Amino acid sequence: MNALTLWFHKIGSPPTFYRIAGALAPWCFGIAIVLGALALYGGLVLAPRDYQQGDAYRIIFVHVPCAWMGLFAYGFMAVNAFIALIWRIKLSEVLAMASAPIGAAFTFITLVTGSIWGKPMWGTWWTWDARLTSELVLLFLYLGVMGLYHAIEDRRQAARAASFLALIGIVNVPIVHFSVNWWNTLHQGQTVRLMGESKISGDMVWPLLVMTLATHIWFFASVFARTRVGLLELEGGKDWARDVALSDAPRESPVTAHG
Amino acid sequence: MADFFAMGGYGTYIWPAYAVFLIVLAIDAIAPRLRRKRVLAEIRGKLRRRQAREATP
Amino acid sequence: MKPGSTTAACAALIRRDLAVVWRRRGDALNPILFALIVVALFPFALGPEPENLRRIAAGVVFVALLLSGLLALDTLFRGDYEDGSLEQLVLSPHPLALLLACKITVHWLTTALPLLLVAPLLAEMLNLPHSVLPVLLAALALSTPLLSLIGAVCVALTVGMRRSGMLLALLVLPLYVPVLIFGAGACNAAQAGLAFIAPLLWLGAGLVLALVLAPLACAAALKISLS
Repeated sequence: MNALTLWFHKIGSPPTFYRIAGALAPWCFGIAIVLGALALYGGLVLAPRDYQQGDAYRIIFVHVPCAWMGLFAYGFMAVNAFIALIWRIKLSEVLAMASAPIGAAFTFITLVTGSIWGKPMWGTWWTWDARLTSELVLLFLYLGVMGLYHAIEDRRQAARAASFLALIGIVNVPIVHFSVNWWNTLHQGQTVRLMGESKISGDMVWPLLVMTLATHIWFFASVFARTRVGLLELEGGKDWARDVALSDAPRESPVTAHG
Repeated sequence: MADFFAMGGYGTYIWPAYAVFLIVLAIDAIAPRLRRKRVLAEIRGKLRRRQAREATP
Repeated sequence: MKPGSTTAACAALIRRDLAVVWRRRGDALNPILFALIVVALFPFALGPEPENLRRIAAGVVFVALLLSGLLALDTLFRGDYEDGSLEQLVLSPHPLALLLACKITVHWLTTALPLLLVAPLLAEMLNLPHSVLPVLLAALALSTPLLSLIGAVCVALTVGMRRSGMLLALLVLPLYVPVLIFGAGACNAAQAGLAFIAPLLWLGAGLVLALVLAPLACAAALKISLS
């Protein structure tokens, strides 16, 4: 077996991944927070006021990265779901299920911040255009995957069923987007026209990009943390999990002298 | 400073949006920690019960 | 028909499912009753003005049939799961997808077809213009099998769960939305005097795809759920 295959198999072993993820996660969280703070400073303080939208455009610095992450997380989940269904690799099952709540969180933030941004810009909290409706359907897909995963007793079977659903969902998102687009053209008059993408200047771009990087790193940090817990749950009876549990135990109170 | 918080009149929109961002991600970071504690306690409990079963003749 | 062949197996399955429904034929009226109630509630909620009702008629009929179908979906596998015949079906040497296609067909015939027959009545209750009725029936004839096929895949994932109602609704919703958009959209377009053939063609294309792929997906989902 060559070195690459060996490395691949080692990574897939739960105790090894547990250790590696445990070493990487705090660093990833740290870097994500530092980059995030930098991006927030750049976006809230340094970036100039927009000519058209005034200061309201600053919501873009959290809204857009979260929208991208919502989609990235689904892609990550779908790839792992595919591996989990075809090759039944335990680690992929856990990775897929770990990425669902993170993706749902980002999608939720996208919807809420988008709604908040919409109110001063277009005068409405919500509109049924293709992008927003597809984003809402994406949230429902995430919730469905999470709901199905928690509804089944056996963790491995639950992960496989939820992975199957995730793959069905990925086919569905473009279909929904297309159908809602058609549906909107039918009711052209009532639709609120979204403002087109305004030309974005340089000192507004870098906070956006830095925040995008920050959220990506945060995603992986969170996936590592959640996967570690997922592996413990799955492998509860195994020796390595028991060793972790025992070493994590709260310090026993010292035996009293008259005992 | 007050100008910064007012954000040209859009303060009531911007700050809640950023708050949602920070709070949801904070929950995303904390939830696995709590679950981890619970899972480890469960594993310890199962271990204790198993040892108790094996210890009794 | 050679006994033991796949054709015989499908025929036997269809005969058995029809017989089971016939024994509880009162229950087959439940979806119809539910759809009637849902549609009847709208005039009470919105006021009896014909103009108001006319505008929402096609959409409401569609949603009512969709919800009735959702409720009826549970009966697709429940009986067989509880008495163990579902496992036998999965273990049988015949192609599972084909057997499931037969089951889904019988299910559609006994739950959705009666709803289709009641649809003109429901449309009349909401003052749908008579010229739109053929479009409504065509759209329903294309949508309801599609909903049954898509729904079957989702039910297969939740088979055996005791209280799967809400979860099932959550699972099918993203998949049902495009069907509803095109189906009701065709009717609304016809009502507004616009071209309505395009969404019907999209529904047709979706139906053909689903006829081939959904039984396969359903079989895969059942194998996961029953493993």
